[in-house]
Amino acid sequence: MIHTEKELELIANQIREDIIYMLVEAGSGHTAGPLGMADVFTALYFEVLRHRPKEPNWPERDRVVLSNGHINPVLYATMAHAGYFPRSELKTLRKFGTRLQGHPERLRLPGLETTSGPLGSGISQAAGMAYGLRMDGQKQQRVWCLTSDGEHQEGNIWEAVMFAGKNRLSNLTVVVDRNNIQIDGMTEDIMPLEPFAMKYQAFNWHVIEVDGHNFDEVISAMEQSKAIFEKPTCIVAHTIPGKGVDFMEFDFRWHGIPPNSKDLPGDPPKQMQAKAALERLRTLNGKIRSEHE
Amino acid sequence: MNKTLNPDLFSDSLAYEPNRKGFGEGLLEAGKQDESIVALTADLVESTQVEPFAKNFPERFVEIGVAEQNMVTLASGLAAVGKKPFTTSYASFSPGRNWEQIRTTICLNDRNVKIVGCHSGVSVGPDGATHQMLEDIALMRVLPNMTVVVPCDSIEARKATLALAKTKSPGYLRLAREKTAIITTEETDFSIGKAAVFREGSDVSIIACGPLVHEALKAAEALSKEKIDAEVINCATIKPLDGPTILKTAQKTGLVITVEEAQAVGGLGGAVAEYLSENHPTRVVKVGSQDRFGQSGKIDELWHEYKLDTEYIVRLIKKAYRKTSR
Repeated sequence: MIHTEKELELIANQIREDIIYMLVEAGSGHTAGPLGMADVFTALYFEVLRHRPKEPNWPERDRVVLSNGHINPVLYATMAHAGYFPRSELKTLRKFGTRLQGHPERLRLPGLETTSGPLGSGISQAAGMAYGLRMDGQKQQRVWCLTSDGEHQEGNIWEAVMFAGKNRLSNLTVVVDRNNIQIDGMTEDIMPLEPFAMKYQAFNWHVIEVDGHNFDEVISAMEQSKAIFEKPTCIVAHTIPGKGVDFMEFDFRWHGIPPNSKDLPGDPPKQMQAKAALERLRTLNGKIRSEHE
Repeated sequence: MNKTLNPDLFSDSLAYEPNRKGFGEGLLEAGKQDESIVALTADLVESTQVEPFAKNFPERFVEIGVAEQNMVTLASGLAAVGKKPFTTSYASFSPGRNWEQIRTTICLNDRNVKIVGCHSGVSVGPDGATHQMLEDIALMRVLPNMTVVVPCDSIEARKATLALAKTKSPGYLRLAREKTAIITTEETDFSIGKAAVFREGSDVSIIACGPLVHEALKAAEALSKEKIDAEVINCATIKPLDGPTILKTAQKTGLVITVEEAQAVGGLGGAVAEYLSENHPTRVVKVGSQDRFGQSGKIDELWHEYKLDTEYIVRLIKKAYRKTSR
């Protein structure tokens, strides 16, 4: 590992703080998913990915496809921390003229591999990239597709899962954010996805289930996926939506809104939410007293 | 009459061929010229005529199975790593079913993917309304970054395929199932974005696309016997529309008839009417499906029923010409 686990935790926590700042500044956007995926993005961009942030079009780079475009605050914050663009630009999220559009647009921001928002199309594009790279005999480059559990209700996903299984796209790794929430409620109430891992196995994928907040497990699974031949890999990352902010955790009401936008019964009053969230992040939900206070 | 057109145009020995065949030949040729061209199909190798390419370049051909959404999104991914994909299916399914995927992952994402939609129009015949795509021109024309080409015969389809293989942005190629008249020759000019005057005239302008260009030319011949001198324009590129050519003919005749095997709203007729209303307000009468779906039948029966054939175009123009003149 390039970083210690402690260093990665620190980076992920800074990314979470940036996510809160960005969302409050923007006044709209998604909170739970980005906070929940901060550890996975940190692991990918700071430990595993073959990339050059200062040379985003480096031909030999790995490709990252974000399928569920709405969690882009975590993508933008991670890219900024990795050096793709200045962190100061994060505050332009969702504003007129920004490169950080409400949903990611490839043509506006170097380093993005695609444009996404409408759900369910990422794995197909990633599979196309993986297939095309293999046609050219590229062995080093991998394609990483980050996707959510809820979007597995889209038919397009399963068309792509079938294709990648048939074609043994071993240079493709899909990471699924299994956080169990979607806008209208819990996935298993809205439209059940279980047995989730078995579905991928049935389509001839290699499946690894991990704790999406355990860096060792996440990085090991990503590394393992590079060593699996003859099959694409699906990493089911079990995550806590809203991770790091106790009053947001496991709460689907935080899927699609930013802090300070709405009073929610049981949570801090709306104007206090961002402040409370940042305090929770800085003190690991009250476990530590830091100089930030 | 344009001297490069098929000399047999009005003779009994006129040859017929499905224009998708020209696409198949063009794609094979393009594939030989450019190794980055790849082709995809959704379980329709033979009827889309992607077969010659698939047989010659199996390593560059991708069978997707019955999954049109996956086909175009996968093609977007292939384009992202430098391939030039042509996707093939029936127009009802692609771009009929997968429009949003085309919008987001190809047009907004500006990926060089060519969508080939076969089996457009009621001329598909016995398969009936589900398989007779009439809305595709409108669906594709409205998308930013998209080029829309509707070739009139197999020769033009071959040229259009070769031309599209050289462009770097998204494109839609609309094809038909049935054998239709070979109107053009190798010598007939074709370039994307250019409409061609196939027959010069001064009284009325017929702007047509696809296999119905033949009906338009026959109608013009019939009208000449009635002392109505019709100009016929083959408008193979619906987007970008060749404004100057359309403006010139409208200024000359003052009456425009559009002819297409598609819904009369939103397609070629819509494009021409929009352009002229802004640039040179002119009466535009649209021949096409009048807010109806197709049905089973033979090509002649269906073109008659949907008021797309020579007989109807002649009747319509006689009436419109009397009303407009002078």
